[in-house]
Amino acid sequence: MKPETAIVTSETRPTPRPLSSFLRAMGAVIWKDLVAELRSRELLSAMLVFALLVIIIFNFALELDPKTRAGVTAGVLWVTFIFAGTLGLNRSMAIEKDRGCMDGLLLAPIDRSAIYFGKAIGNLIFMLIVEIIVLPLYSLLYNINLFKPGLMLVILLGSIGYIVVGTLLATMAVQARTRDILLPILLFPVALPVLMASVKASNGFLQALPMAEIQPWLNLLIVYDIIFTAVAFMVFDFVVEE
Amino acid sequence: MDSSVQTVIHVRRLIKRFGLKTVLRGLDFQVSQGEFVALLGPNGAGKTTFLRILASLSRPSIGEVRIAGYQLPNQAAAVRRRLGVVSHLPLLYGDLTAEENLRFYGRMYGLDNLDHRVIEVLDLVGLLARRRDLVRTFSRGMQQRLAIGRAVLHDPEVILFDEPHTGLDQDACAMLDRVLREVAARGRTVVMTSHDLARAADLASRFDVLSRGVIAASVQRAEINPNDLLAFYRQSLQEIKQ
Repeated sequence: MKPETAIVTSETRPTPRPLSSFLRAMGAVIWKDLVAELRSRELLSAMLVFALLVIIIFNFALELDPKTRAGVTAGVLWVTFIFAGTLGLNRSMAIEKDRGCMDGLLLAPIDRSAIYFGKAIGNLIFMLIVEIIVLPLYSLLYNINLFKPGLMLVILLGSIGYIVVGTLLATMAVQARTRDILLPILLFPVALPVLMASVKASNGFLQALPMAEIQPWLNLLIVYDIIFTAVAFMVFDFVVEE
Repeated sequence: MDSSVQTVIHVRRLIKRFGLKTVLRGLDFQVSQGEFVALLGPNGAGKTTFLRILASLSRPSIGEVRIAGYQLPNQAAAVRRRLGVVSHLPLLYGDLTAEENLRFYGRMYGLDNLDHRVIEVLDLVGLLARRRDLVRTFSRGMQQRLAIGRAVLHDPEVILFDEPHTGLDQDACAMLDRVLREVAARGRTVVMTSHDLARAADLASRFDVLSRGVIAASVQRAEINPNDLLAFYRQSLQEIKQ
């Protein structure tokens, strides 16, 4: 301990610059989440193990012929992604809450939606990593080619929609003692449109249906993503404040 | 902002309600620049609630709160830029190193010259040698010292300590006290809640007793013998009950 060290240095005074401080804070939150996860592997390993268990259980439980399998693939995939995503959302916010770190974030002199977008992008990266690992395994287990550009687009849009609303609701749920139960109860009804549109659009690409039949579902996904991103941007400050 | 103001913290008729429960009942509180105020009071008196309002983490139900001339909650970002907070939780990420934690918070505050400042602060709190160690490997005392480093990183004018000695052993408390004295000696305005009257008597320049949601009594250090602080505290609680 060296008490003679100066606490104050004039160069360290914060300088407010709205857009750059927003982007810098958002980037800092993403960086922090990625580095912490790289060290602990807590979140990704839980999501991955859970996702793999779900597709293996479905594989044994359904025991379907190849034609019927193709028909249920979209549903099984999205149930897997959504359940694994919920685990990740819960854990990601619990890390902030348990050591009081959410208060640390909220004390920063920034637009609080930067925290939201940082957390949401971090969660999206984790969900996409899980999906990238699950897809080839699913292809192997179910003997179905899932690597279609259209399906990749649906997975990206559906994941964005789910994470956008999920991060907001996880921030609310984490305040409660029953957060593990509360998040799915709050999230699944609100995420129903994104789940439905994702399953329908994924099924359309897997069954090689005409684009005219898939387009409305893609549109719904895009609109959902935009609306809920805007809603989260507007309400996050109120959600985190007592 | 009124630049001529000498009163750094100005609180007038503050009321805070949680549903039907009123925690703060028309609280008046003023702190001048450079004062070190120990906020004493029994459990449930509203000390933490009050500090959370000062820290802009909670909105007042009714009343006026100004810090460094800026009003809460309307000018919360300006207040946060001038405020450091240390609570009994460290507000640190266990899976980041000490240096990474400070770097992260520095980016959240948009600090310039961050590399130099992080090293300076780590030196101040005596953790320079452990800067590359993960925070989860730190003892409670080391975490609390790093928490103080986090709180002073952006050179705040006002520092709020919410029971900073909670859970620390004697050596860690003594080390923490040295850092607190150093902070106060640099002319920072400090408000510290505490149950430890002996420590408060040793550190503070003013003692306020918060009970039943109001400041029940206030005395300057010069006006009281530190040995009489316990009697003063008990008498203040007795009077407010009557």
